Amino acid sequence: MPTLFDVFGVASSALTAQSQRLNVTASNLANADSVAGPDGNAYKARQVVFATKPTGVEGVDGVNVAGVVEDPSPAKSVFNPGHPLADAQGYVKMPNVSVVDEMVNMMSASRSYQSNVEVMNTAKALLQKTLTLGQ
Amino acid sequence: MIDRLDDLLGFQTDALKLRAARQTVLAGNIANADTPGYKAVDFDFAGALAKAQAAAVDGKEAPAPELLYREPPQSSLDGNSVDMDAERGAFADNTVRYEAALAALNARIKTMLAALQG
Repeated sequence: MPTLFDVFGVASSALTAQSQRLNVTASNLANADSVAGPDGNAYKARQVVFATKPTGVEGVDGVNVAGVVEDPSPAKSVFNPGHPLADAQGYVKMPNVSVVDEMVNMMSASRSYQSNVEVMNTAKALLQKTLTLGQ
Repeated sequence: MIDRLDDLLGFQTDALKLRAARQTVLAGNIANADTPGYKAVDFDFAGALAKAQAAAVDGKEAPAPELLYREPPQSSLDGNSVDMDAERGAFADNTVRYEAALAALNARIKTMLAALQG
């Protein structure tokens, strides 16, 4: 049977996963205009993939990041003939980062993070109250 | 004498254990609010407490509560069935009920202490 101590493992796994999601979002937003990476191609947006992480207690699962995948959608072509990386037709390949999507992702990650912090605080308060039992 | 004390405190202890178990299950749901394909779970508290009481009569350990999948109010594209509002509501509700069980247990301990000290 799960105990209150299991809450810490579950909530902290969610905190780790959500903060990694926030990191990836930050990377996408920072590189929204990076026309050339180390390989010479435009930056590709990345997304985390969440998966459940068994805690060993039946029915209670944490979260972990199963992987970080690149967005397969094509790079945006922007007409800018004066750009040094423009092709023969004058188009520059820009990253496929959707800034609006990333902002939504950021808000969602931040809210989920807050919820899990609250869960942890509640579990801590309950345990501390339980320690004063009989006093 | 000891079994009398057990009779006095057993019910609230079982209730407290199940409240803690439910708190953890709900924390798992909240943690997995963004996990694709995750199905929210919960258990029937009253039923689990009745089973724990029946086990206590036989002198056995309380069985782990049987987890059931929640019926989502609206389906989502990624197969996740966590409704954050419902989960947070249930979590807050369970927190208060845990504290109530704790208060009841405390009151029983105080009563017994008063009887012992005269």
